[in-house]
Amino acid sequence: MTYQMPPLDQLPDAAIALRRPAGDWRSAVLCAAEALTASGAADPSYGERMIAMIQEYGPYIVIAPGLAMAHARPGPDVHAPGLVIVTLEEPVSFGHAYNDPVSVVIGIAATEADQHVASVAALANIFNDETVIPALAAASDTDEVRRLLAAASHPDLG
Amino acid sequence: MKIVALCGAGIGTSEILRVNAVRALARLDIEADVSASDVAGVGAAAADAQVILTSPELVSAIGRTNADVVVIENYFDLDEITAKLEIAVG
Repeated sequence: MTYQMPPLDQLPDAAIALRRPAGDWRSAVLCAAEALTASGAADPSYGERMIAMIQEYGPYIVIAPGLAMAHARPGPDVHAPGLVIVTLEEPVSFGHAYNDPVSVVIGIAATEADQHVASVAALANIFNDETVIPALAAASDTDEVRRLLAAASHPDLG
Repeated sequence: MKIVALCGAGIGTSEILRVNAVRALARLDIEADVSASDVAGVGAAAADAQVILTSPELVSAIGRTNADVVVIENYFDLDEITAKLEIAVG
């Protein structure tokens, strides 16, 4: 099962939120929900469901140093597949055993249970380069984010 | 050989782990069927699996299994995934 997302280097401005103030991990997840709402993928209530996932299973979504991938299951509050990138003004702790503090949050919404983000291989290509997360965290405008994603997503990394 | 990459919801993170596990296995020249599953489906998905890849937080949610449970710290670190898979399947 696949679906079409815009290529990561063509993410719209609404899907990129930079240097958001977030006092704790819940606020950081809600920033991702705001961007998913602004980009038309989900309703604000999706943010509470992403928080509930972490309350239920722990901060397993912090999958690399400095990077959290917030998501919840499909539901009536998800209108379209979506992916957003949020950077935080100050890093926050999610309580992860190895990868805190988090400075970049990716928010993902899916509309079907067996859907995987079609661009997930591109995500892997991008973040296999460990310099990308700090570079994203330091980005000052959305064009710079798209440029970083474009530079890193070229599959010549192998 | 069957390997299951596990996450909470079955979208996003487990797929990242699956993609990078496939790359690590290619490095090791090992053939395996790698699937992604959520916690709710792990009993069925991992019934005949040899290895379950997951994050430290989800280990306690797996329950009884005959598979080797391999904890991955950084889902994007191919060196870590390759080294741990090599031990688990070696």
